[in-house]
Amino acid sequence: MTASAAIPALEVAHLSKRFGGLPATRDVSLRVMPGERRLIIGPNGAGKTTLFNLVTGDLSADGGSVRLFGQELLGMPTQRRVHLGLARTYQILTLFPRERLIHNVVLSLLGLDRRRWNPWSILTANSDLYADARQALERVGLGEAAERIVVETSYGERRRLELAMALAQKPKLLLLDEPLAGLSQGERQTVRALLDAIPRDVTIVMIEHDMDTALGFAERITVLHYGEVIVEGTRAEVVADPRTREVYLGD
Amino acid sequence: MQWQFWIIQTLNSVAFGGLLFLLSSGFSLIFGLMRIPNLAHGAFFMLGAYFGYTLLQLNLHFWPAALVGGLGVGLIGILMERFVLRRLAGNEQGQVLVTLGVSFIIADVCLLVWTGDPMPLAAPQALRPPLRFAGFAFPTYRLVVLGIALVAALALYLLMERTRLGAMIRAGVDDMEMARGVGIPVSRLFTTVFLLGATLAGIGGVLGGPILNAYPGLDTDMLPLALIVVILGGAGSLLGAFVGSFIVGFIYNFGIALVPDLAYFVLFLPMVLVLVFLPQGLFGRVQL
Amino acid sequence: MTVRTLVAFAVVALLLLALPWVIGNEFYVNMASQVLIYALFALSINMMLGYGGMVSLGHAGYLGIAGYACILLTVAGYDQLTAAIFAVAVSTVAAAFFGVLSLRAPGLGFIMITLALGQIVWGVAYRANDLTGGDNGIRHPARPMPFGFDIRDAPSFYYFTLAVFVIALFCIWRFSRSPFGASLMGTRDQPRRMRMLGHNVWLVRWLTFVMAGFWASVAGVLYVYYNLFLSPHAISLQQSAEILLMAILGGASTLTGPIVGAAIITLVKNVVSTYVERWNTLLGVIFVVVIVFMPYGLVPGCAQLWRRWANRAKARKATSDTAPASEASGQRGDSMTRAHGASETAQ
Repeated sequence: MTASAAIPALEVAHLSKRFGGLPATRDVSLRVMPGERRLIIGPNGAGKTTLFNLVTGDLSADGGSVRLFGQELLGMPTQRRVHLGLARTYQILTLFPRERLIHNVVLSLLGLDRRRWNPWSILTANSDLYADARQALERVGLGEAAERIVVETSYGERRRLELAMALAQKPKLLLLDEPLAGLSQGERQTVRALLDAIPRDVTIVMIEHDMDTALGFAERITVLHYGEVIVEGTRAEVVADPRTREVYLGD
Repeated sequence: MQWQFWIIQTLNSVAFGGLLFLLSSGFSLIFGLMRIPNLAHGAFFMLGAYFGYTLLQLNLHFWPAALVGGLGVGLIGILMERFVLRRLAGNEQGQVLVTLGVSFIIADVCLLVWTGDPMPLAAPQALRPPLRFAGFAFPTYRLVVLGIALVAALALYLLMERTRLGAMIRAGVDDMEMARGVGIPVSRLFTTVFLLGATLAGIGGVLGGPILNAYPGLDTDMLPLALIVVILGGAGSLLGAFVGSFIVGFIYNFGIALVPDLAYFVLFLPMVLVLVFLPQGLFGRVQL
Repeated sequence: MTVRTLVAFAVVALLLLALPWVIGNEFYVNMASQVLIYALFALSINMMLGYGGMVSLGHAGYLGIAGYACILLTVAGYDQLTAAIFAVAVSTVAAAFFGVLSLRAPGLGFIMITLALGQIVWGVAYRANDLTGGDNGIRHPARPMPFGFDIRDAPSFYYFTLAVFVIALFCIWRFSRSPFGASLMGTRDQPRRMRMLGHNVWLVRWLTFVMAGFWASVAGVLYVYYNLFLSPHAISLQQSAEILLMAILGGASTLTGPIVGAAIITLVKNVVSTYVERWNTLLGVIFVVVIVFMPYGLVPGCAQLWRRWANRAKARKATSDTAPASEASGQRGDSMTRAHGASETAQ
């Protein structure tokens, strides 16, 4: 625990976003403490991914504030937020499909490295980058597949690659958008184990539909519905709360 | 007399603006709906002018010639859409480049058929004498061109706002995926819009004939103007095309009259200002 | 680099150096110089197209700005080196400015804005009669004497151009293998992802735009030295389109593609236009055919055919079959040629 544990890793206050006439995010506030494992759930269309997009800057907010360890993010371009320690995986895989796995991770490492501006040196000569990339791949069990091209890998391997790329950024706040989507039972267990292994200096906020796997992982849960926070609390509290059942079974 | 100069130039500007509207409304629609900047649009305009010239040589009356010439170009447009553009569905970059290739072919074929000399089109006999009013002489034909452009603008507005076709087009411009999902016959819509856009350009070419003549290079003179209109006025917006056309018409015309050496440069400035401060254009509905 | 690549490189280098002796005819030596100039031009536009996914239709503008600046400065009495440096500098600054404008709208908007800007440059050149001679063009007084070398005759000019070309090619090659080049290709494929990894996508694209403008400006100065004349026709939309076609025809995803494309288009143009008057129609038809049927271009296409034959020969010799994965991983080289092999086997 650091002395600055009082500063939330992520503090969202009265965040709102409308698409035309449709409010996608309504006065959403939440606070995630450093090292926490937060799960965001809600039915389809609840605005979970929109919330992530607002935090990362893929979408611009209409109102409210988003603070990363006290630093206001709104108005800042996405890449600057990343440099402050933000990382994210996507619901729909966004990898570099025609490149080798190791190249994917190298691109991730370059994003935070001054060398990315160098138009003269030979990329492959930077052996430290490739060594770090290999390590990142080994961490997710893809060390053997480093030289394979993404299109030749299985879906499960690609999900793990996406995770490896995010972890390679050594983020302070990691946003995972449905990291278990589309995975087989065995693959889910693998990914779940990887998530468990992430050290506590990384704060994790995860969107997930697969309750069985995700519930066990989360410490606190936020339930969204129609862009609003309906329930929030510890796992036990949220599971017991009748409003949670309503959100999923009612309406 | 000073007044005469300014009034004539103003009239020329609005008439030219009217022509630009006929050219760029089609371009804007095609871009807004199909996301293709049709780089052959200038060539369509020029082809229309040449068609008009030949039809007039064949003793067809002016107004039917304008219509037939326009439809002729429309037909070429449909051929291009069905046999070339459709094969490249999904490859937006390829589609744009292909329209460029087609524009070269059209331009060169025009050169072959009609030779390199500028071809004047004769305005209809009845409109040749100037209109005398308040002691000034107004070029009648240009006033009529302006009138036609205004009528066309109104017709297009009604089409877009009051008809089923217009509703489908607007839906497609706003959200193509949704439109498809709702069951709108997208490929037929594409063909229709392409036909409409090309025909408008062709009619514009014929109507512009008595003012601009038909000459090789008319296509590369008009295309960038259409682009600037859309950049200024905003893509996918009829109002944007309308307002943009007259702004560009004024700037270009006065530019040529006052600082002929720098006419193109004078067009540059508003485009730069808009791009810097309003990248969506004045009324843009579609992300450029 | 593999031994095979080095050998190929050496052979090509030898041929290029020996060219003026092998081909005695001055006409063809001049054509070789022309090919080199256009190849540089095509390479510059390919920095944006092939590596960056950006289609610029106003690239001839930089040839124009640099070319006219060079001539005007030389005529005004400045020495050749100053004129050349200044011309390239002015044109590159223009590229920096145009880049900011063009990148206000990535994708299709970019195409439209670059076209409009290119046409404006052309329009100014066409109409500013006092400055640029309008449609009649203006002459460059004489070929310069870089470092005292006389480059007025065909072989000397060829070597001069070859030297500049080789330097440029080397720089662009390193660019394609550099971290910056990798970032650029990443932004071409997944711009949103790249932002989320910390890359400044706009800045990467803008810097590429400026670098491409720089090399086009260099080509522009060479162009003016070669022709000793410049008119608006050289900076028309048609010219921009031809350069683009060279890159696409040869293969935008490769380094050598634009060179091959430039060679083919220049040769065809020079040969064909003596027999056929309708060069523009032919250009348009080639454009359409290439984009519809050969979107990856000749170099990747031929490389693929070569690999298929090579693998078939290997398969015939060996009894075990070649697994798809090893075919793809057996290729090294820049990410793009590898990509095509992979996408082939993945189908």
